[in-house]
Order: sequence, then structure tokens, then C-alpha cells
Amino acid sequence: MKVLEKNIQTACFHCGDNINGKALLFNQKSFCCVGCQGVYNLLSQHNLCDYYSLESSPGLSQKNPVSKVKFSYLEEEEIQKQLIQYRNEHTSRISFYMPTMHCSSCIWLLESLYKIEPGIIHSRADFLKKQVSISFNHGILSLRQLVELLSSLGYEPSLSMHDLSKKKEQYTNRRLLYQMGVAGFAFGNIMLISFPEYFGLDSFSRQSFSRLFGYLNLVLAIPVFLYASQDYFISAYKSIKRGIINIDFPLALGILVMFFRSSYEVISQTGIGFFDTLSGLVFFLLLGKWVQQRTIDTLSFERDYTSYFPVAVSVLTGDFERTVPVTQLKIGDRILIRNNEIIPADAILLKGTAQIDFSFVTGENNLISKVFGEVIYAGGRQVGGSLELEVSKSVSQSYLTQLWNSDHFSKQTESKIQSFQTIVSKYFTITLLILALGSALFWLWFDPSKSMAAFTSVLIIACPCALALSSPFALGNAMRMLGRAKFYLKSPGVIEKMAKINHLVFDKTGTLTQTSIAQINFEGAILSKNESQKIAALCQHSVHPLSKQILHFLGSSNSSRLLVDDFAEVPGKGLMGKIQGVLIFIGSASFVGVNLPSKTNGLNTHVFVKIGENFLGKFIFANTYRANLSEVLNGLSVRHKLSLLSGDNDSERLRLAALFPLDAQMLFEMSPADKMMYIHQLKENGERVCMIGDGLNDAGALKVADIGISVSEDTAHFSPSSDVIMDARSFEKLSRIFQYAKNTLSVIYASFAISLLYNLVGLSFAVQGKLSPIIAAVLMPISSISVILFTTLATYLLARKNKLFNNLI
Amino acid sequence: MTILFMLIGISLLMALGFLIAFVWSVKSGQMEDDYTPSVRILFEDKPHIKPDKSQSE
Repeated sequence: MKVLEKNIQTACFHCGDNINGKALLFNQKSFCCVGCQGVYNLLSQHNLCDYYSLESSPGLSQKNPVSKVKFSYLEEEEIQKQLIQYRNEHTSRISFYMPTMHCSSCIWLLESLYKIEPGIIHSRADFLKKQVSISFNHGILSLRQLVELLSSLGYEPSLSMHDLSKKKEQYTNRRLLYQMGVAGFAFGNIMLISFPEYFGLDSFSRQSFSRLFGYLNLVLAIPVFLYASQDYFISAYKSIKRGIINIDFPLALGILVMFFRSSYEVISQTGIGFFDTLSGLVFFLLLGKWVQQRTIDTLSFERDYTSYFPVAVSVLTGDFERTVPVTQLKIGDRILIRNNEIIPADAILLKGTAQIDFSFVTGENNLISKVFGEVIYAGGRQVGGSLELEVSKSVSQSYLTQLWNSDHFSKQTESKIQSFQTIVSKYFTITLLILALGSALFWLWFDPSKSMAAFTSVLIIACPCALALSSPFALGNAMRMLGRAKFYLKSPGVIEKMAKINHLVFDKTGTLTQTSIAQINFEGAILSKNESQKIAALCQHSVHPLSKQILHFLGSSNSSRLLVDDFAEVPGKGLMGKIQGVLIFIGSASFVGVNLPSKTNGLNTHVFVKIGENFLGKFIFANTYRANLSEVLNGLSVRHKLSLLSGDNDSERLRLAALFPLDAQMLFEMSPADKMMYIHQLKENGERVCMIGDGLNDAGALKVADIGISVSEDTAHFSPSSDVIMDARSFEKLSRIFQYAKNTLSVIYASFAISLLYNLVGLSFAVQGKLSPIIAAVLMPISSISVILFTTLATYLLARKNKLFNNLI
Repeated sequence: MTILFMLIGISLLMALGFLIAFVWSVKSGQMEDDYTPSVRILFEDKPHIKPDKSQSE
């Protein structure tokens, strides 16, 4: 009970954050800041307090309010045109991507927006895609006002350069759904109509029924043949034209033969045909295709720099400031970058003190200072005051973005790894054709009347339905299992490639090291309570990430209300202020005035502290390697070669050498292009390479590799285009995940054996020319369903065995 | 037994009805988002009460 009370006391009613210092009391509820209280006030005025009853503390912290000028670019007609999907005289419709949507309260509030703002006509949320589609009356409410309203509630839409070139909304594959509907409809009805035939009831039913049923089946099967299965014919035709035999060829052949033989039987009244098998086959095949195409909607795997860069930037002409879409930025433009804005193109610093956060680009968490005249590469985020820069390269030609222009990037680098299905279907088809022709010739010799029947029967029964299903179902289910392990694949086919990888290449910063939690130590005198409180009080005044980490390190017990006089923050240097008349310095060695050889190595950052004239010591921020890193690397090194590519200097070489196996390659000071070339070189040497990286600087390497895995601390945020997006917390599972991929491949082999067994049974009837429709009608669904069951179950059990996740279900 | 002709006809028409309903559901976008509606259905529509001024003070 005590714990509960404490929670109520210290957690913000709106956002659930712990309240440091004094809480704001309002309406008998405590809030951490004015922002949170403001949102509560707004919601309660509009009778929307249900927001808080659906989930507890569902709100988003308002401690860092969005600056007023941030969305001024939305006033520009040009930009509006590109963002708004539909507009008539009164209403506009726009859809936003909202990464902060996280619970059912969010859905409720976002769909109740019309109660707050009468200009909003209708809003609808899609939780998985984190999208909200809003219709609003642009006479009452401007786009800018709408976005500002959303931001003030904590739901800031993510607007990026990518949105400007938005194509039509991507729909799920509706055509496939229609085809499945048609095939399923025909399958069920033909089965029903064929029932009398199965039970041999035709002696009871009169001749007229048999004829009627036959024609009905034919009519029902025509749309299946012409519409539902047309993709198989198209695919088979295309592959033959390219001189390859894929799995669709025997499928299309089987469907074709089945349809014409059945039609012949019905019209000539010699039998009832195989329409039930035909429609069932097509239905199951489409089902497999659907499973294979199901992807993870919530994640975007195709992000490039455009989904990260801003929509517009402020350009200065003389003293006049105007907003220009980033796409129209020219060399020589003078741009204004405010706090927390991203620099969209390589530019030279003209005015202001630059402290750039390159964490998206390199994974490095520390701010980098730049001085007047230096070139700042695109992709960095300014923290602190405003900057004036002169654009020195166009957006698409910048140091970083030119990666996307390179040949290796634009050329669709087909991976040389072939799927099992591709390899096997070639031999399967050839064997099948030989068998069909062989039995036809055999019967032509002994009993020509049976020749045609035997030939078609072989093609019908050997139609590799179960084979075509085994890969999609095994891989599709394995992909779902990996998704539960927070390892998200772009498509199921990636698993097969993973099983065949023999060389893993790691990036260092952000991939092997943890960006969010740096390990902090204080070295020097033991801090007294009073001293800790003074340091905390000073750090409270700063927004610098290191200050926040020091605060966190000192803990809430040291949070204090000491008054700070003459506070000053020197960007890139440190903080100073007077507490109780004593001057305190926190910052770099030179700033604090300590004469120490700056022995900084690549991973550690030092912050020195001086109170009055006493130098107390320094905080050391050591970037930590991920938990269990050596176990993961050891596990992986059994079957894979390992390499390390780092953009940093080689100060960490010794520590890394202890973690990596002896034969591992370690390369330092690699540029993004170097990384890409290294992977390319490995591939040229016939290796099958998987790149594991995180930042935009790895984007080229991730793309060129057979498989690119991007490690992300928060999967909702930016990650470069890749085949896999992995939650950083799953990093320790990496070696088991690769093991699981290999196991999944074995499941496919086994299910292939099972489907071959069914084929052999069926073929033994077929070559004798004795295949009756009922055998086909029984064998086809049984083989398909048993393959589906086997693969689904096996992939699930193997996932448990490899401890991909703990909980049952 | 001729009643069977009619019954089969009716059953086919019904099945066709279901097929048309399915096509309509796909067309109207019901297959686009299979999660949010499951949450949305649990929201209660409260009768509209005028916001109570005294409470928000």
C-alpha cells in the first residue's frame, strides 16, 4: 500500500514520469510540468478525461515543448500541396505518421479530436501503422494550426522530406484477397456438389443430376482458372522466356492439364473431372502466397535519408527569412538552423556555436563541436543556439547522401543465394516431365487408350502443391516467431539467406556498444552530500545530454532547490554558476582549468568538477559494450567468420581483440563508402555476407550485403534501409537466431520429403492410368494440410528450443 | 428429387452473396487494418454532457 501511495505522489498524472522536486497540484492531481497540466486542462474542458481512464498515465511528457516557429513552413502553399492527399473547396484530408502513438488511449484521443477543435471533421487512427488520417475544414483550421494542436497534445506528426515525394497510399494486396475469395468460393461449392460422387451415390442419383453437377462444377471452375490462377501462368511464362524453370511452371502445367481434362470429361460425359482438386489446389496455393506476403506493417524497411531529413528549412536572404522545401535548396544558400533541427546538406558554419549530435549518422552519442568556417556534414542535429550556415553541397550530393547515388546502391544487387525452392523445382520439373512422357510412351505401346489418361494423371497428381506450400508456411511462421523475439524481417525469404551466411560484419559504435546507457564513474575525492547537491543544482539548468546523465547518476536524493546565480553554459565547454557565493565549474579540462594531459580514448568522455578553488575530480562516461557480447561473438564464431568495421580510431583495438576470435578482421577509420566497398569485396570473393550496423553511415554496407541487419534502440524511430530491423535488446539472442534460421531450413527439407512421399503414392496410381478423381481429391488437401501443420508446429517448437522467447502461447 | 435443383440453386446464390460481401469488405478497406477496430469497439460513447466548469477550476 505504501508503494502505491508513493507512486501516486511522485508520478505525473498525465505522462507517468517521476516528478523531480515539487509537483504541480491541479484538480487534486499532480503534474510534473506546466505542459502536462495544460494538456490535462484542455482535455478536461472538453470532457475528454476518459483518456486517463482507458490507460493510466497515457500522456506524453511535455517538458520539452515544441518551438513555435518549427511548423511555420506549413504555411507555404507549395509544401501543403505535396503533403495534403485530397482537397476540395471546404475540406482537406491528410494522413500523418505518428511515432508517439502507443496505447489505446492514444487511439481514443486521436479519434476524438473533433470534440476539441471544431475545424476537424473526422479522424481515424491505424494503430499498427501508427498513422492518423484527418479530414479538416481548411477554412477554419490551417494545416499549421492542426499540426500545432497535435504537437501540443504530445502527438507530433513525423514530417520528413520523404513525405514530399509521397506516392499513392500503399494498399495491401487486394487483388490476392479477391483471388483467394473466388478460389475459396469455388472450392467449397465444388466440394459440396462433388460429395455424391465421393460416396458413390451416383447410382441413386439420376443421370440428369450427374450432368448438372458436372456442368455446375465447370462453370464454377472457370473463374478459378481464368482469374484466380492467372498469376501462375504469367509467372511460368515469364520464367520460361528467361530460360529458367521455377516452381510455378509445374503448377501452371498441372492447373492447365487439370482444367482441360476435366472439361473434356464433363462435356463428353465420361466422368466428373478434377475440378474439386483444381480449385482446392489454387486456394491453398494462394493461401501460401498470402502467408508469404504478410509483412510487418508497423516497420518501414525502405527508409533512406529522405525519411529522416526535414521537409523545409529557413533560408536567409539579407535579413529576410523564408521557408524553402529542402528539395529546392541550392549551393550558396544561407540557411538558419535552430535548436534540435537537422542540417539537410553539407554546409559551412558562418555564425553561432555548433554542437552537433550525429547519433543518427554514426551511432555516436556525444556532441561534436564545430567552429566558424568548418564544414558540417548533413545529417547532424544542432543542440543549443541557432546557427547560420552556407550550403556547400546540394542535398543529394552531400558526404552522406551521395552513398545513395553510388552505382552499388542503385543497382539492385541480386544476392547470389538461391532459395531451396528455386533449386529444387528445376530438378523436380524435369523429373516430372520425364515421368509423364515415359508413362505416356509406355501405354502407347501396350494400351494406347490409356496413354492420354496416364500422361495427364501424372501431371495432375505430381502438381507440387505441398512443395509450393512448405517454404511459405515454414518461413512465414518462422518470421512471426522471430518477430516475437524482436527481430523483424522484411520478408520471410530472408531466413533462408540467413541460414547460408558465412561471414558476419559488425559496426562498432551503437551496434556493439550501447548508446543510451553510458557507464558513469566519479574519480577523485568522495563527494559529500552538499557537494553532490550543488553539482545537481547546476546540472538541472542545462539541457546537455551529459548534464542529464550526471543528474541521473547522482540520483533523486540529491535533487535540490539550491539557488544558482550567474549561471552560464559555454557550448562545447561546460557549465558555471554561483551557489551560496561559491563559483562552480563543470566541464572540460581546459574550461575547469585543470592541467591534465587529455588522455581521452575513443570510448570515454571526461567531465571535470571544480567547486570554489577545489578540484574535486571527474566524471567518466564509458560507453559500454552490450551485455553478453563475448558470448554472442563466441557463439557466432563457431560457424561464421567475423569482421569489425569502425568509423572511429583504433584506441579500442585491444579491448575488441579480446572479444573477437583471433582470425577476425578489424578495420578502423572507415568511411561509409569504405564500409560499402569492403562488403562488396567480400562478396566478390564468394563470401555470403551479413552486415550488422545501426547508423546512416552503415546504410551502404547494409544495402550491399546479402543481408543487412540494423540494430535499433527503438524500432519506432529511424533505422536505415535494411532486410532486418533488430531491437537492440535482442542482441544477445543473435547467435541463437542464426541457429534458428538453420533449423528452419531443415524444416523445409523435411516437409519437402513429406510432400514427395505423397507424390510417390499418387504417382503409383497415376502411372498405371488408374487415377480416379476421388484419390486426387483426397490426396491434395491431405498433403497440403499436413505440410502446413508440420511446418507451423516444427518452426514453433524449434523457436522454443532455441529460447527465442520465454512466455508460452 | 427435382426439389434438389431448386435447393442447389438457392445454396449457390447464398454462397454468391457471401462472396460479394467478401469482395465488398475488401474494397471498403476492412482488410487494411486488422488491429485498431478491435480496440475501437471497446470505447464507450458517453452521452454528451456540457463540460462542468467548476471541475476544471
